[in-house]
Amino acid sequence: MTRDTPGSADLECLALCKQFDAFTAVDHVSFAVPSGSFFSILGPSGCGKTTIMRMIAGFLEPSSGDIRIKSKSVLDVPPNKRPVNMVFQHLALFPMMNIADNIGYGLRRQGMAKPEIGRKVDEALERIGLPGIGKRKVDELSGGQKQRVAIARCLVLEPDVLLLDEPLGALDLKLREHMKVELKALQAAFGTTFVYITHDQSEALVMSDQIAVMNHGRFEQVGSGRELYYRPETAFVAGFVGDSNRWKGRVTRAESGLLQITTQAGLQVTGADHGRGLATGDQAELFVRPEAIRISRQAEDLSHLENRMSGQVTTLLFNGADSRAILEPQTGGDPIEVALPQSGEYADLKRGDVLHFAWAGDQANAFAVNDQAAPSLEAQ
Amino acid sequence: MKSKTLTSLAVLTAFGLGLAGSASAETLRLLTWGGYAPDEVVAMFEKETGHKVEVTLSNNEEMIAKLRATGGRGFDLAQPSQDRIAGPQAEFGIYKPMDLSKIDSSQFIASMLEATKANTTVDGEVYGVPHVWGTSGLVVNTAMAGSVMDYTDLCNADVAGKVTYRLKRPTLIGFAFSMGLDPFAAYGDEAAYQAIIDQVQAKLIDCKANVKTYWGGGDELMNLMRSGETVASMAWDTGGWKLNADNADITFVAPASGALGWIDTFVLPAKGKADQAAYDWINFVMQPEIAGMITDVAGNFTASKGADEHVSADLKARYQASFPPADVDNIKWYPPVPAGLEALEGAALDRVKAAN
Amino acid sequence: MRAGNKLALILLLTPLLLWIGLLIIIPHIDMFLVSIRERVGVGKYQISLANYWTFLGEPLYLVTFARTAIMSVLATVLTLIIGFPVAFFIAKIAKGRLQSSLFLLCLVPFWVSELVRTFGWMILLRETGLISNLLQWLGLVDGPVELLYNDVAMIVGLVYTSMLFMVVPLVTTLESLDDSIIEAGYDLGGSTVSITREIIIPHAMPGIVSGSIVVFMLSLGNYLTPTMLGGKDSLWFTELIYSQFIVRFNWELGAAFGFMLLILSSAIIWLLLKLTGQTLEKTMT
Repeated sequence: MTRDTPGSADLECLALCKQFDAFTAVDHVSFAVPSGSFFSILGPSGCGKTTIMRMIAGFLEPSSGDIRIKSKSVLDVPPNKRPVNMVFQHLALFPMMNIADNIGYGLRRQGMAKPEIGRKVDEALERIGLPGIGKRKVDELSGGQKQRVAIARCLVLEPDVLLLDEPLGALDLKLREHMKVELKALQAAFGTTFVYITHDQSEALVMSDQIAVMNHGRFEQVGSGRELYYRPETAFVAGFVGDSNRWKGRVTRAESGLLQITTQAGLQVTGADHGRGLATGDQAELFVRPEAIRISRQAEDLSHLENRMSGQVTTLLFNGADSRAILEPQTGGDPIEVALPQSGEYADLKRGDVLHFAWAGDQANAFAVNDQAAPSLEAQ
Repeated sequence: MKSKTLTSLAVLTAFGLGLAGSASAETLRLLTWGGYAPDEVVAMFEKETGHKVEVTLSNNEEMIAKLRATGGRGFDLAQPSQDRIAGPQAEFGIYKPMDLSKIDSSQFIASMLEATKANTTVDGEVYGVPHVWGTSGLVVNTAMAGSVMDYTDLCNADVAGKVTYRLKRPTLIGFAFSMGLDPFAAYGDEAAYQAIIDQVQAKLIDCKANVKTYWGGGDELMNLMRSGETVASMAWDTGGWKLNADNADITFVAPASGALGWIDTFVLPAKGKADQAAYDWINFVMQPEIAGMITDVAGNFTASKGADEHVSADLKARYQASFPPADVDNIKWYPPVPAGLEALEGAALDRVKAAN
Repeated sequence: MRAGNKLALILLLTPLLLWIGLLIIIPHIDMFLVSIRERVGVGKYQISLANYWTFLGEPLYLVTFARTAIMSVLATVLTLIIGFPVAFFIAKIAKGRLQSSLFLLCLVPFWVSELVRTFGWMILLRETGLISNLLQWLGLVDGPVELLYNDVAMIVGLVYTSMLFMVVPLVTTLESLDDSIIEAGYDLGGSTVSITREIIIPHAMPGIVSGSIVVFMLSLGNYLTPTMLGGKDSLWFTELIYSQFIVRFNWELGAAFGFMLLILSSAIIWLLLKLTGQTLEKTMT
């Protein structure tokens, strides 16, 4: 599969806007997706991600802005002529056709010769690991098989960009985990540019090269999963991507990026603004990931960290590798969730045990409390 | 429990029977033509006798079909034409004999009563007495189709495409007379009748191109004539007179070969339950004043003696204009139709309809 | 307890069984018995197939029979061709209030009796009627034009009378078609024609078949429309049955005709199901 010069953008959106009457669904969104990469748009439902996708596919017309594929504007190109294909949320396989006809549909529409179509379809089935199922009916396949067929149906057309609209939403958890890996592998195998929209952060984090976090019609932050996770640029991103302990409070001291914050419950904590320039007296919101908090049975083990506290275990949340404990700080204040290392030393932890815990100041992300409301918990 | 139910049922039945037997007031279920039982007359009758009247409107064929389907049940008095009584009675037994002693024969025009009795006698029993009579002939827009004087004139070139008639037996009979044949004389001889029908069929097929449409109902005919879409038709006298009231050019014309005369009668369905009410109704409506009222509504004259005096002057004038005395004598009265003739006629009518 | 259940079941089934028995099975048995009776004299009958031989031996009856079948098929096809876009618009394009008012619009003609509806068409189509006058006013024709009393008027009437019965099942099946399947068709490069042919029509097939069955049966069994709009050449098989029963008093032949009509409609429906690969169960659910 030949691709343009590496790094060139297959898909570009420029100041894309979409208004529905008085409601702005997409508000000046610009981004570029490099050729062959896996790009995700992550956001809660209603954030406008589906609208973007439908504009790219051609089912909606942007109110303003431009969409370019391989540097050419496609605004005047109808959906059936755009070099993009879409995997729908509920897959939208054609129930009136068998699997081979589903996959061959687009090729037939291109006017390809019958034997050629047959060969291509067989090849696609081979590549998705389902050889010989061409004669079967759609409803005879399992959820995961349908998924692969839906992707193959698009990929045989060798689109410049493949759009995927939360295609894993309907699958059960186990299969979803499996399909994440498989999708990534398929993308690598075909080398096609994927644009994937989801509200599930783990899907986005696992598969994507680049993720755009979207809220209220705007992109909050675009970056790799790692960047989003460790260096969220907005409170929304910090809250939406991954779990966090969060406090609201007031900055009592600001010194070269390190902040001293007094939370509403009276806790004294330190955090970092990572260049966001908070000043003394600002209202701030502080996010600390459970796994960024170190715990120990001895206070001295943690002496090198800025925020040191101790607390009593009120709840143990056993979840295998991702087990947590909820601690009640002895100084008072909100309960704090911490990750339990799985090296075995805390296997005997019980409710009521007292633990020391601490985190480095730069692991606590502080944001000025502003117009943007942090996402509610159910959005995660 | 069971015996209790039975007892109460028995009591109820006895009560019901007692009511029906003792009360002189009955419900009269009347199967008749439009206009023969005006609301006003019904109200007067109910007031005078205490009977209730339920009127069902129909036509000859449907009356007979209805009674045949139920074996003569469901109605207490029906009014088919006198030629459609003997045949269906012999074939289906749907009527019961009249008790002439319960009818005031002095109210009837004697000649018409005798003729009807003769025509409706089966096995020595009389089944019908006359009520309303009338004719069918031609309704013509004299300003535009003055040439139409007889049934066969409907096939003239000068009225091509502007003619309508029914595809029913009166058309066959009328055309036969107009062609110089005598279908009534051949009623008893199936082969001779078939020969006549064959000739008429050929004529009607020839004539088909002249016809705009075969009309099916009175309203349809009225619309066709009134709008001027057709200028000549075969129809009942009353239809012509009604149109004459709106447009002086249109009127009923007694055909040269004779109008066809029909008499609608009173008959008792075989399983009727209110015979007394039926006789009461007959005697009531045959009173000259009441008969006059019916004529004013229906447009046709009745067999009631002296009723003419109570008919509106308008109607009398139209009648006299359409029927000079010679034409009255020329009316061809329908004799009873022998059972089975309808099948021959029907086949001919079907063939006419199918012809191109 | 079990006896009680049984009783409840019997009570529940009784109306249905009575309905089927009294209104469908018994009349048909009776009609069949009448149809194999031959009148040999006044009030005398014998069992024979004479009525069926009469039917087969008389070209008029066969021609009318075939004509009725062909015209009904034609009316059905036209109803489908007109009804399909209408149904598609109602099911897929119209939203909210527009959708329900369009649906209502299809229903409105059925608030008046068939007779009135047919009279309505007569007023429109007749020589002195609305359309004729309009054409003259527009100067498109010189004199009055007669649009009534021909086969076209009859077909128009039949299509109009049956439209609702085609649109309703089509709307139901089309509504069950997920929009994203149509979008997927476009997305994969399908044109409107190919999507209609390969996706929408196959999906709507049960609705098409059940609508067609109903419309075909209604047209075949229609009496008023052909007689009133069709004019002097409008032979319709139900007209023959009516006249045998009511005008000719020949119930025997009428019953035989009725049975032939039943066989005809069953045969054509069977053929339709075979051709489209549908089953009666599938289309009627």
